[in-house]
Amino acid sequence: MELEQPAISDTGDFTINMGPQHPSTHGVLHLKVTLNGETIKNVEPHLGYIHRSIEKMSEASTYRNFIYLTSRMDYLSAHMNNQACAMVVEKGLQLEIPPRAKVIRMLMSELTRLASHQLWWGALGLDLGAITPYFLGFRDREEILDIFEETCGARLTMNYNVPGGLMYDIHPNFVGKVKTFLKNFEDHLPEYKQLLTGNIIFEERTKGVGILTPEDALSFGCTGAVARGSGISCDVRKWNPYDGYETVQFEEPMETGCDCYSRYVVRIREMEESVKIIEQLIDNIPEGEFQAKTKVVLKVPKGEYYTRVETARGELGVYLVSDGSSNPYRIKYRSPGFSNLAALNTMAKGNKIGDLVAIMATLDLVIPDIDR
Amino acid sequence: MFSFYDISNSIHQWLSSQMGSTAVMLIEMAIVGVLAISLFAFLGLLLVYMERKVAAFMQLRLGPNRVGWKGTLQTLADTIKLLFKEGFSPDASDKFLFNFAPILVIVVAMLLLAPIPFAKGFQIYDINIGVFYISAVSSIGVIGILMAGWSSNNKYSLLGAMRSGAQIVSYELSAGLSLVVIVAFSGSMSLTQIVQSQADGWWIFKGHIPAMIAFVIFIIAGTAELNRAPFDFAEAESELTAGFHTEYTGMRFAMFFLAEYINMFIMAAVGATLFLGGWMPLHFGNLSGFNHIMDFIPHIVWFMGKTFFLIFVLMWFRWTFPRLRIDQLLTLEWKYLMPISLFNLLLVALVVIKGWHF
Repeated sequence: MELEQPAISDTGDFTINMGPQHPSTHGVLHLKVTLNGETIKNVEPHLGYIHRSIEKMSEASTYRNFIYLTSRMDYLSAHMNNQACAMVVEKGLQLEIPPRAKVIRMLMSELTRLASHQLWWGALGLDLGAITPYFLGFRDREEILDIFEETCGARLTMNYNVPGGLMYDIHPNFVGKVKTFLKNFEDHLPEYKQLLTGNIIFEERTKGVGILTPEDALSFGCTGAVARGSGISCDVRKWNPYDGYETVQFEEPMETGCDCYSRYVVRIREMEESVKIIEQLIDNIPEGEFQAKTKVVLKVPKGEYYTRVETARGELGVYLVSDGSSNPYRIKYRSPGFSNLAALNTMAKGNKIGDLVAIMATLDLVIPDIDR
Repeated sequence: MFSFYDISNSIHQWLSSQMGSTAVMLIEMAIVGVLAISLFAFLGLLLVYMERKVAAFMQLRLGPNRVGWKGTLQTLADTIKLLFKEGFSPDASDKFLFNFAPILVIVVAMLLLAPIPFAKGFQIYDINIGVFYISAVSSIGVIGILMAGWSSNNKYSLLGAMRSGAQIVSYELSAGLSLVVIVAFSGSMSLTQIVQSQADGWWIFKGHIPAMIAFVIFIIAGTAELNRAPFDFAEAESELTAGFHTEYTGMRFAMFFLAEYINMFIMAAVGATLFLGGWMPLHFGNLSGFNHIMDFIPHIVWFMGKTFFLIFVLMWFRWTFPRLRIDQLLTLEWKYLMPISLFNLLLVALVVIKGWHF
């Protein structure tokens, strides 16, 4: 077969296609990587392999139903996605949700964040060639998923939020199990630090790698741990508190290293902060209703509404245009993964191909979130 | 006392009484060949099983536990599965080199078995330049990997092979220099004589700090030469999918896999022989009572115990460390290990000349 262009250019550049089936793209992401030897010249992400037109499908669903499609976006923070959608409908209907529902939503969000970060931590180890963290991360994640299963009936796509509150009350075992989990996790977090944080090989691999300057982070619209690793405060829970986050005490972890290691430390500290939030709330779940009274068919008044939440990956925005009928006229999601991925080329240029994997791992990409 | 030497000697004498010397030699070669291949196959099965169990132990899992007693036959089942797989080769590959590469890699691994003394007088070929032979033959293996990477006509394979080439050629130096330390101490290149020289204590104890340094460098460089984590650049699963054997399927893939484990055994065996006394029991200078008790444990147990201890250490590395980056790997060798090895060699020369070692 005749090749249309030579495999290696005159300057020694050549292209390899990482993905859509590749062990470390964590899904069907296709990266067209131009290399010179091992050095990265250019990274071009190609999307669309898992586009399911969730936004368009939402227009055909009612205000009660479209929420559940979003569990399939960022499946690791399914609860937060649902929450953002429920909140946008509540905003349109001007519904005030009961305090019990607010606290349970917060608890579930933080547990989801913990579960997501545990998976990320394991996958980061896997991408850097250490396989054991993956199993240790899953050990703790499993406990959280068991708690979810008992309350919601599902482990991953929980579908627990409805406009006006929660679908049903928490399981009687919930409080006890969360406390047991917190106690176990307290013992396990030092292991995380032993295996990766203090490891000299890990530090060599991540420090000074994948630099994202604060200016770049802002211009690419990066949010979540990616922006906070570059010293930009962007926690929606702090800046625009929702569902009762103004009542809890927590810090927004920030690092100024701008490299993979900073993003790693930010996420590890975020886990500690999530634990703090859960500790504050778990003994203070107010009694009362878990759902506000709503009509059977919801009709959001004509207008435009926007809400945002802090998912495990960053800021998720939901933009809703309503024409007053029982279906959304238009839904647009501002997903954190998409904006974070945009910074990949800037971060990866000039690094080695092994670094590309580390950079992608600290971006914490979930491909269905990027493609929708 | 039980000794393999008696068995091999009596077989040799019985054969010699039956036929001429040429026939005896041919028959003995055949027996040794069969034994070597059986050992090879058995070690492959055992080490893969061991690796999976050690990994499971580190990772809060059970490991294989379905096929056979506690999963002992799992590797056999996997081998049978691999035998039935299609031996696929890509259209654009260089067919001859593509098929030849796994054979070369596995032949090199088998050749390396020859000078290893398993017990007193139980050795395939007691060559008087054993250490030199090992470092010479083991460096042929990289040619097989380069062949595999080049002939696959796949950019991932080529990257993996080139990494492996740079890595093995570099670390060969440190590994060689740390072997030279023991050669300097014992004054011999024959593995049998090196073991004999440790009758009053293993070199790692007798050789003071230089032997310790050499041992640590040998373990690091040996891991790198084996292409095992944290130096598994040639495969680098998360970066290069499977590196140089991306395009290999079925039994040809299994050959690379098997060769890796045999090489691991040989690396551990060489380390045990040179630094930890090989089959020599634990002896301390003049403590004759203690030494006598230690002598009751058969040599083969000592040898296998030490070897498998080192293999366990290698597995431990693999399942706890992240992978380095290729430039960091070369920095580590050329900027740190290599100068330390050279300096260490000078130190050893001084120690040996002054007779400071025990």
